[in-house]
This record gives sequence, structure tokens and C-alpha cells, in this order.
Amino acid sequence: MIEHLPALQTVVPMMAAPICVLLRQATLVRIFAIAVAWSCLAIALALLEEVLSHGTISYALGGWVAPLGIEYRVDVLNAYVLVIVATIGAVVIPFPLDGRELRIPRERYFLFYALFLLCLTGLLGITITGDLFNIFVFLEISSLSAYALIGLGKERGALTAAFSYLVMGTIGGTFILIGTGLIYQMTGTLNIVDLARRLPPVLESRTVWIAPAFLVVGTSIKLAAFPLHQWLPNAYTFAPSMVASFLSATATKVAYYVLVRVIFGIFGAAFFFETLGLSNLLLPLSLIAMLVGSIAAIQQTNIKRLLAYSSIAQIGYMTLGLSLANLNGLTGGLVHLFNHALMKGGLFLVVACALSRVASPDLEALRGLGRKMPLTMAAFVVGGLSLIGVPGTVGFVSKWFLVLGALDKGLYAVAFLILGSSLLAVVYVWRVVEIMYFRDSDAIVERDEAPLSMLVPTWILIGGTVYFGFNTALTAGVAHTAAQFLLSLGS
Amino acid sequence: MGILGLWNYWMVIVLMMIGLYILIARENLVKKMMGLNIFQVSVIMFWVSIAKVEGGTAPIIPEGVTDVVYSNPLPHVLMLTAIVVGVATTGLGLALIVRIYEEYGSVEEDTLREMDRVAE
Amino acid sequence: MNPETAIAVAVLLPLLGAVGIALTGRWPNLREGVTIATALAVFGVVLSLVPGVLGGDRPGLTVLNVMPGVALAFEVEPLGMLYGLVASSLWIPTALYAIGYCRAHGEENQTRFFVCFALAIFAALGIAFARNLFTLFLFYEVLTLSTYPLVTHYGNDEARAAGRTYLGILLTTSVLFLLLAIVWTWKLTGTLEFSPGGILAGRVDGPLVAILLGLYAFGTGKAALMPFHRWLPAAMVAPTPVSALLHAVAIVKAGVFTVMKVIVYVFGIDFLSETGASIWLMYAASFTLLAASIIALTKDNLKARLAYSTISQLAYIVLGGALATATGVFGSGMHIAMHAMGKITLFFCAGAIFVASHKKNVSEMDGLGRTMPFTLAAFFVGSMSIIGLPPTGGAWSKWYLALGAAEGHHAVFVGVLMVSSLLSIGYLMPVVGRAFFLPPNPDSAPAANSDEKTTSGGFWENLREAPLLCLAPLCATAAGCVVLFFYAPDVLGLLQTMRLGR
Repeated sequence: MIEHLPALQTVVPMMAAPICVLLRQATLVRIFAIAVAWSCLAIALALLEEVLSHGTISYALGGWVAPLGIEYRVDVLNAYVLVIVATIGAVVIPFPLDGRELRIPRERYFLFYALFLLCLTGLLGITITGDLFNIFVFLEISSLSAYALIGLGKERGALTAAFSYLVMGTIGGTFILIGTGLIYQMTGTLNIVDLARRLPPVLESRTVWIAPAFLVVGTSIKLAAFPLHQWLPNAYTFAPSMVASFLSATATKVAYYVLVRVIFGIFGAAFFFETLGLSNLLLPLSLIAMLVGSIAAIQQTNIKRLLAYSSIAQIGYMTLGLSLANLNGLTGGLVHLFNHALMKGGLFLVVACALSRVASPDLEALRGLGRKMPLTMAAFVVGGLSLIGVPGTVGFVSKWFLVLGALDKGLYAVAFLILGSSLLAVVYVWRVVEIMYFRDSDAIVERDEAPLSMLVPTWILIGGTVYFGFNTALTAGVAHTAAQFLLSLGS
Repeated sequence: MGILGLWNYWMVIVLMMIGLYILIARENLVKKMMGLNIFQVSVIMFWVSIAKVEGGTAPIIPEGVTDVVYSNPLPHVLMLTAIVVGVATTGLGLALIVRIYEEYGSVEEDTLREMDRVAE
Repeated sequence: MNPETAIAVAVLLPLLGAVGIALTGRWPNLREGVTIATALAVFGVVLSLVPGVLGGDRPGLTVLNVMPGVALAFEVEPLGMLYGLVASSLWIPTALYAIGYCRAHGEENQTRFFVCFALAIFAALGIAFARNLFTLFLFYEVLTLSTYPLVTHYGNDEARAAGRTYLGILLTTSVLFLLLAIVWTWKLTGTLEFSPGGILAGRVDGPLVAILLGLYAFGTGKAALMPFHRWLPAAMVAPTPVSALLHAVAIVKAGVFTVMKVIVYVFGIDFLSETGASIWLMYAASFTLLAASIIALTKDNLKARLAYSTISQLAYIVLGGALATATGVFGSGMHIAMHAMGKITLFFCAGAIFVASHKKNVSEMDGLGRTMPFTLAAFFVGSMSIIGLPPTGGAWSKWYLALGAAEGHHAVFVGVLMVSSLLSIGYLMPVVGRAFFLPPNPDSAPAANSDEKTTSGGFWENLREAPLLCLAPLCATAAGCVVLFFYAPDVLGLLQTMRLGR
């Protein structure tokens, strides 16, 4: 049993999805889906524990040994990402579905859970597999279910948002397929470890030079890295808040993982950053993403759209850490993966709580909510402080490593810009805070808090932003180990 | 291997560009789906073509024969999966288009955008 | 109680108090009881640390390691001891005063008010006892955020605008400059611990020292060095007890305390005087010092005048640190305590005047001394301390500051200090003069107009003082200004146990 954990990581949720369809009864399916998500988390934690104590796990799927068969390969990096994805899945899935945000009636909620588990399967699969083509397949599984999940949003805009995400996502996926084809052509293998071994002799060929372009652009679309982010604001705005929470915390994170794996695991940092000189491209784009995303967030009048633009800025932080390509920078990028998952996942759940009491996600509708729903809105304040990067929250930890990484490289202006963009976060977070606490503050409002079943998942994530702001052994510690591992790959 | 020797790549690139052009230039969502399909097919053609070995046959090796040249079967198998993915994408896309038509009464992107703007 | 426990208790008690206040919010008397009890207990615990520190002990407490080499840790050294004493002792009169003020004024949201107050003290003690830059920065931000609801207490547009300025300037400077400086220090030295003689010496040279000092000095927005001083006058919209908290008890003192800590324990005064990296800061502080005094002269609103006076007095403290001499540092340390006592008296008086007569402007205060003699007498004592006249505590701190400037061969700053003292006479004494020596202005005192007895009756009949809960604290702090004159050697003795060199 124990040795089959890597396979179970994807097989359990994958088999559970059709079972959901068979069970049909909404409450039953919900309990079943929660059980599945929690067992996925247990598996992910067991894998992380195993990797940290015994080193990399290699698992030959179906008994076919790599490079011919598909290998599931769990090292520090993807064990860490698996834990993130599984944690978010496990925390978000018990969140009660709200008819006000969903297009489907209660009798068909089982379809929602089936899609959710499929999406989880895809995301876990991308992370755990050691085979480039398998990544593409799982990417499509997660993306297809994500399009459908977004399309479940109540407003009709959800449909067009899902469609444009589908078009963009498919182009991205196909680009990854092209890139994979190009390097398969030169090396004859799809196994990532094998690729890293076979690529160096042919690194000078033009085919290999083209491949990273397709792979990076493809994953950047999925990651919503600036300027390939256009699908994201609409998708997150119109998706049910719980879906937005899940996707913002996992889908972009996994895409980031793929990017990291491609750059460091396949091509090697030296080839990617020095020979191709791509940090000259990634670094400015990340900085622009940080600033443009934050400035756009400031201008929004819809809280979900505001959070979506803030995500684009936060993704900028992550890619910035990547493009610094030194230990502190990469640690910052990787730790922000976890940290941003916590805070943005939590903040979207706050919105979901709020939407159970107010009619629309417009900022104006949140007037005076600070008194009506004090616990929910306190969660927003804490999450917002984390976005800003106040010490004692996870945002501070990320910023600490990123600034340190920039200083290590002697990029003082970049360090300054990282801090400056967190001030933009102050502006957009405080706009919401002012509306919630100062507007209509004289009006007598009845206290009308979201139900406990909503508050508990929300506060688990938001509480996590504070807990991991003080205890960084798990997050920054593992991210540091993973960054060391990645940087050692090329040399 | 002159320019013509790489004709399979040229075909792929032409198909790909046709697909992308339709995707970008057409407002009709169904046509966009078609463009997306052509784009995906071009990549499938690319994979299949790189599997071809000059003078190779189908990868079926009769017993006792050792010196047979055959095409690489792996890309073909992979492309079966990619085709399935493409079909699923098309199915989901078309389903969304049907729902969009029910809600908006149109599948022209500019009209949809206009309607969304009015709604705001 | 051993000193380690005492540190934990001193820091945690206000936090527990905040919880207690929140829980007892429905019963105002009980809630106020919790506030006072907590304040007294905290002061007692902080006081219990003094003998050990005087004896050269440096009790410490590591709570947890946040990152390798970056810990949430406390250590009590003389400067922090002094600031801790100031904050915890002045919390008592401020709490009493706030109770009187809020009740007399019928404030809303009193529970939130007292909770945030206790949180601010929690943060202030965290800053006072911080062992490293990380802990200090953490509590520095907690202090900013916990006082935001106090500044915006009234919740109207004016309060909201003030809140924006307050948060905007304090967060901008701290994140943009202070945090950058801290990360930079970590990169250069691999440590964030405050250590005697500093940690930067030998790790940096050239203009970078001055740049880092600039990042620290301007990054500490709470020290209100120009041009980052706007938040302090803006925060005047808050209720007067909050102003007392801002100006005397916790916030601005946290700013100058941070600057002093950094100068003494991160740079080291020897290192600064060797490199001359702080000379520019002396001029910057002098500019703030004089400019703020001149602006104060032009302000008619009493609280605004006092706010600019604070900005000017804070610059004294920064100047004392920048002189990078032992005497200057001692002078600055003493001035933290002396100015706190003087300024809290002045703000209490301003608030009492507002509560009793609803007057905000200096020009309306003619003849007020006849109806509020105690308040204005206290104002006079507080003013003397700010100006630096014996027999008040302020005389000693100014003396040592001037001595420090002379020792460091920066005679020009002795002149600056003298000029500024003259200016402070110019903006403080007219208030007292008008109140006691001018007849009441009939236009601005309609209440007095209808009641002729105010000018002709006996002393006690004329009294229109603020409620006793407002009056008693301000008389006590005024007395404190005088007491400090006689106990100044003890304050100095505490500071002199500071280890300045390596």
C-alpha cells in the first residue's frame, strides 16, 4: 500500500469523480467528496514526509519502467506543491455550495463535485508526474474541468468567461504540446530526468532553442503571467467564489510549478538564463505585472475582479523570484506559491461568505458589512494585511526572501519596486476596508454573520496566513530546500 | 535537407497559422472552435510526421525478423491521447456555445461584448 | 517573578487586557475597571524589571524562531527600559483621563476605543523590549495598525481622510525604507540583533553608511522627520486621549526610540562618529526642529500648535542621537521621558479646555484662566518642561543635549537648540498669558456673557473645570514634570548603564 502512494494520489480522486455521479444524492456526494479530498491530503502529507526523510521517490506506473513507461517522481519540490494543492482542496471542498452563486439546481450538485475532483486529479497529476507528455494530459484534465466549473457561475458572463478561458487555455496547452514535440524529436524521450540527461549534447541545435519558447509561453498562459493574463479577471470574477478560491490557490500555482520544472528541471538555469538570456525578459515582465496588476486592482469596483487583478500582481512576485534565479529569490518565489495560495484562497472564501448575505460582489454592496459580518470582514482585513506583507503574516516572509534575492543580485531598484508595489496593495485593500467600516457606519445594522460551515474553512486559510507568518519552518524551510535542489540540477 | 526537404514542417506551420488566424479574426464562436481544431490538428500532424522513419513500415515485427526498419510508434500513441483531449475540448466548447446562445441569443463575439457592456 | 517571566507578562498583559475589555464591553464600569487594573498591573511588572537592569542584567526571552537567524525575541536594556517605563506609567493617567473624557463627551464605540488603546500599549512594550530589528519592526507595524481605528474614531469623512494620511505615511515609510534597510542590514551582516557597539561596523563603508542611516531615519515615519511629518497634525481629528497616546505615551516615542536603538545598537555611535555618516542627519533634524517651531507659531488651533511642537521636540531627540556622542544619547534618552511627561500634560489640558468650554483655538482662550485655573496652571508647568526651564524635567534633557552637541564639536547645534527654545516660548507662553492676563473675550464666550458672575464672583464660584477624571490626571502629570526635575539623575543613572561601545 505504502509504496503505491504516488499512484493513489491521482487514482483516488480520479475514481471518485465517476462515483460521485453514481451517488447523485447531494449531501451524500458532498460527504464523499470531502472524504476523498482529505485522503488526498493525507497521501500528500505522507509523501512529503517520505521525501523529506528518505529522498526522492520514483514510481513506475503500471510496472513500466522509465524512460519507456510513465514515471511518477516525487522530490522535495513537487511533494511541496502536492501538499499545497491537496491542502487547498481539502479546506475548500467542505465549503457549502450556495444556490445564489451556482447555475445548477441542488439535484445536480453531484456534477459540481465530480468536476471538482477531476480538477483536483489533474492538478495533482501535473505535479506528481515525471513525464512531460503526461503533464500535458493532466493539464488538460484540470483545465477542462476548470472551464466547466467556471461556466457554472450564476451570471451569464460566466459562460463567455469560460469560453475565452477555454480558447486561451487550449492554445496554451497546444503550445506545450509543440514544445514537448520539439524536444522529443531531438532526444527521443519524454521523461524529465532522462531529458535533463540527454539534452546537453544537443543544446546547440536550433530545435532545442525553439522548444523553451513554446513551453514557456504555453505555461505562462496557464499561469496568467503578464501579458498573457487576459483570461484571468473574467474567469475569477464570474466563477462561483468557491471555485475562484480553489483555482486561484491551485491552478496558477501548479502552472508555476511546471514553469519551474521546465526551466530548472529540463533545460537548466544556466542554459535558460545565461545562454538564452531570458531573465532579461522575465524580470521586466514580472515587475510590470506587479505594478500593472496592482494599479488595475485599485481601479476595480467589483471585489472579485479586484482580487483577480491582485492575483496577477502576486503572480508577478512569483515569476520575479524565478527570474532572479538565485537561492533567496527562488525561495521567495516558491514560498510565495504557498503563501499566496493561502491568502488568495482565503480572501475569495471571504467573498463567498459575504455573497451569502449581500446581493452582488460590487464594492458598493459591501457598505457597512464590517458591522454586519464582523468575523468575515476581520478575515478580509487579516488576509489583506497579508497581501500587503505586514510582518507576522505570510506576505512578509515572501517579500523578505524576494527583497533579499534582489539585493543579492545587486538589483536595488528591483528591491525598491517590490516594496513599492506592496504599497499599491495597501491602496486597494484599504479601499475595501474603508467601504466596509466607514460607509453607512451610522446606520443600525443587525449582526448577520455567515454560517459556521463557511466561516471555518475561511478562517483556516486566513489563520494559516498568520500561523505560517511566524512558523516558517515548513514553508520557507521546504521552499529553501527545493530551491537548493533546483539550483543544483544544472551544475 | 533543403527547404523543400522540410515540407512537413511547412505544412504544419501553414495549418497552424490558418487555425490561429481563424481563431483571432473571426467573431463567430463556432468558427473560433473550428480554428482551434485546425490549430490542434496541425500539432498532431507535426507529432505524427516526426515519427516517420525513412523507408520504415508499421511497427509490427514478424517473428524471426530482426533487420526491419519501422516508424516510431510512440508519437502515434501519444497523439491518440491528444486527439481525445481535442475532442473533449471541442465538446465542451460547443456545449458552452449552446448555453451562450440560449442566454444571449447570439454567438457573435462583438455582439456578446456589446451586450455585456450594456448590462454593466 | 523572574525577569524572563516578567518580560512575557509585561508584553502579554495589555493583550489579555484588550481581550478582557472586549468581553466586558457591555458593562462600562467593569470594562473601565479592567483597563485601570491592567494598566496598574503592567506598570508594576515593568517596574519590577528596573532593579535588575540597573544592576547590569539584560534579561532576555526568545519566543520562537521565525526564520533561521530571525527570531521573535525580547531583551531589556536601559533605553528600552526607559521607554517601557514611559509607556506603561503614562498609560495609567491616560486611561483615567480617557474614561473621563469619553464619558463627558458621550463618545460612541468606547469599547473599540479601549481595546485599541490596550493593543497600542501591547505593541509599544513589544517595541521597547525588542531584541532584534525583526521584533521591533513587527510591533512597529502592529502599533500603526492598532492605532488606526483610534485616529479614525469618529468615522466621518474628516477622520477617514486623516486615517489615510496616517496609515499612508506610516506604512509607506516603514515598508519602503525601514524594511528595505532591515533586509539590507541582514544581507550585509547576517544578523538583526541589537548589540552594543553596533553590528554594521566593519561591514560597510563609504556613502552606503549614510544611505542606510537615511533609510532608517526616514523609514521610521513615527519619528516625524520632515518631510514625513504630515500624519501627526492630520491625526489631530482624533479624540484628545488619542492625541495624548500619539504624542506622549506610545507612538512618536516609538519612532524616536527606534531611531535611537538603530543609532546605538545597529550602527554604534563610535562607528557613526568615525565615518561622519550622521552629520547630514544633524542638519536634517535641525531643519525639522526649527521649521516645525516656526509653523507652530502660526497655528491658532491649540492641538495643531502642540502637534508641530511635538515634531520639533522629536527632532531634538533625533539630533541627540545623530550627534553620536554618549552625552547626546543620554540627553535624547532623557528627553524621551521628559517630553512625554510635558506633552501629555499639555494635551490633557487642551482636551480639558475642549471638554469644559468647547474651545479649540488659542485666540478664543482669553481669560480662560479665571474659569479653569488648575488646568491652565498645569499647562504652564507642562510648557516650562517643553521649553526647558527649571524646575521641570525638560531642563535636564536640554542641558545634556546641548552638552552633547558641544562635546561633539558641533557648536552650531547648541545655537539651534537655543533658538528653538526661544521659539517654543513664543508658541506656548501666549496661551498661558492670554488665559491669565487678558479679560474674557465677550464674542467668543457667549456662555460667560449671560452669566456676569464669571468675572466678578469668588474663586470657587467661577470654576468651570473639566470633570474630575480629566482634571486629576493632568494635575498629576504636571506634578510629574516637576518631580522629574529632581529625579533626573536617576533617569540618567539608568541610561548610563547602557553599553555604548563594543
